[in-house]
Amino acid sequence: MTFSPELEAKFADLVTHYPEGRQRAALIPMLMFGQDEIGSVTQEMMEELGRRLGLSTMQVDEVVGYYSMLHKKPVGKFHVQVCTNVACMLRGGAELYDQACHKLGLGHKQVSADGRISLEEVECMGACSWAPAIQVNYDFHHEVSTDQLNKILEGLEK
Amino acid sequence: MKLFNEPSPLETRIISFRFGLENSASLDTYLAHDGYKALRKAVEMTPDDVINEVKASSLRGRGGAGFPTGLKWSFVPRASEKPKYIVVNADESEPGTCKDRLLIQNDPHQLIEGVLLGAIAVGAKKGWIYIRGEYNYLIAIMDKAIAEAYKNGYLGKNICGTDFEFDLYTHTGAGAYECGEESALLESLEGKRGVPRIRPPFPAISGAFQAPTLLNNVETFCSVPAILRMGGAAYAELGVPKSGGTRMVCMSGHVNKPGVYEVPLGFPMMKFVNEIGGGVWKGRQLKAIIPGGSSSPLLKAEECDIPMDYDSIAKAGSMLGSGGLMVMDETTDMVKVALRIMRFYQHESCGWCIPCREGTTWLKKMLQRVTDGHGQTRDIDLIGDLAQNMLGRTFCPLGDAAAMPTIAIVKKYRNEFEAYVAKNPFAVSELVSIS
Repeated sequence: MTFSPELEAKFADLVTHYPEGRQRAALIPMLMFGQDEIGSVTQEMMEELGRRLGLSTMQVDEVVGYYSMLHKKPVGKFHVQVCTNVACMLRGGAELYDQACHKLGLGHKQVSADGRISLEEVECMGACSWAPAIQVNYDFHHEVSTDQLNKILEGLEK
Repeated sequence: MKLFNEPSPLETRIISFRFGLENSASLDTYLAHDGYKALRKAVEMTPDDVINEVKASSLRGRGGAGFPTGLKWSFVPRASEKPKYIVVNADESEPGTCKDRLLIQNDPHQLIEGVLLGAIAVGAKKGWIYIRGEYNYLIAIMDKAIAEAYKNGYLGKNICGTDFEFDLYTHTGAGAYECGEESALLESLEGKRGVPRIRPPFPAISGAFQAPTLLNNVETFCSVPAILRMGGAAYAELGVPKSGGTRMVCMSGHVNKPGVYEVPLGFPMMKFVNEIGGGVWKGRQLKAIIPGGSSSPLLKAEECDIPMDYDSIAKAGSMLGSGGLMVMDETTDMVKVALRIMRFYQHESCGWCIPCREGTTWLKKMLQRVTDGHGQTRDIDLIGDLAQNMLGRTFCPLGDAAAMPTIAIVKKYRNEFEAYVAKNPFAVSELVSIS
């Protein structure tokens, strides 16, 4: 499989960042950036990255299985992540998550039928002083009120 | 996205004083405000002089463990056949903590300078900044700053016109709390599952790629340029004995003005909440404070009238930890807090060792049972007992981090657990023998 020329250039640079013979170190960044482009970590991608870094597909697979941000099944075009950990919970994070479930008709790690939106209840995302917080893909939204959540979600449904 | 709060006049801004300046992340702004001055000084110094200055500052690790930084730096062997490396822990994921994000976002060059000072001290030529996956936008900010530093002779070969050379790269994580633990982070950096390594050897002897490695938290590195500029002794003076300088404290929860504020070590906790944080919100009473991230045992309101430094908080039975201070008002349901904390640790346990993997799983199940109204009195004892038995018996500190807050909550708020059990119509007062 091939990636875009931009990503190929990024990968070519990335493997030079690590000591000679330790190029496996590039695996997790490659999986993350690859996923950002393809939408999920596919079997084909695991085989390809394994081949490039001298790893068996199973070695790649066991790494993929460990990290919560690597998905083997595609998430939605907009992946809504609601934090309900303590700092967010104290300021209404759990209620926001319930509201998102209700409004989207989705549960934890579910994807809408059209593949547009997915929902995940996530652990602390480092926005504690601006709680409650959500992330849509990589974009943070801080101090989210119920009204704001409605607006954010409606914006995604369009 | 502006993420620094209105500064409070009660702050002592040593490492956050550039926050809020125009283009604060740019090299120009950095240079106009004392930037790379410490580096220019350090390239003329011997490694031992740099380490001694850090030792004199009594700086302690800002990631959570609070280990004396100068001492840690001196552990990296002077002579080494292998190359030596620097790794920056920017895998900030301790619940309640959001300071490293601000330090990188608003002042990335300060981190680069801190790393370079570490490199001079231990003789390293290469380093990585391990940034948690969720902080994707920080990678772009950091990469831009690194590129600027290369272009202007602060990274690469012949730094500041000397023969000192250093290469620095960003490295993204992919979502795992465990990777904030230093040895798990190193495994992850090498492209593996983030399971912890057995120690010794410590990273100073065998770290990244099995070479001597200096590994510190973002804030720890960021504090070093100021130490070299003002002198270790002057920096130490800002704090209290054995806890020098200032630190970023992330205030969250039920306060009027949550935010990240820089205060000297030893700053009174109640003054911090009431005067900097504007007090507990909605005119309510304080119930408890988690002082240093969710791993630290909570303190009841009456225990909070203490200075915020490593030793004072340890004396009160908790930890300053990562500086994630969470305030809880009188309406807070402590059983739910205990459950939410345990759900987190159960999710994040790497599964490598049994006391943690099974312990967190069963603690979560039992706490869920109590919260759902199906708990028995013996569950309360068993929760405390199980947590107690995890302490010190796990491969890495994650097991302790799960056990410590649980033990504290059950001990300090047992009445709330009992109230949940009392609502269970099938609760029995004694364990019934059916033989």
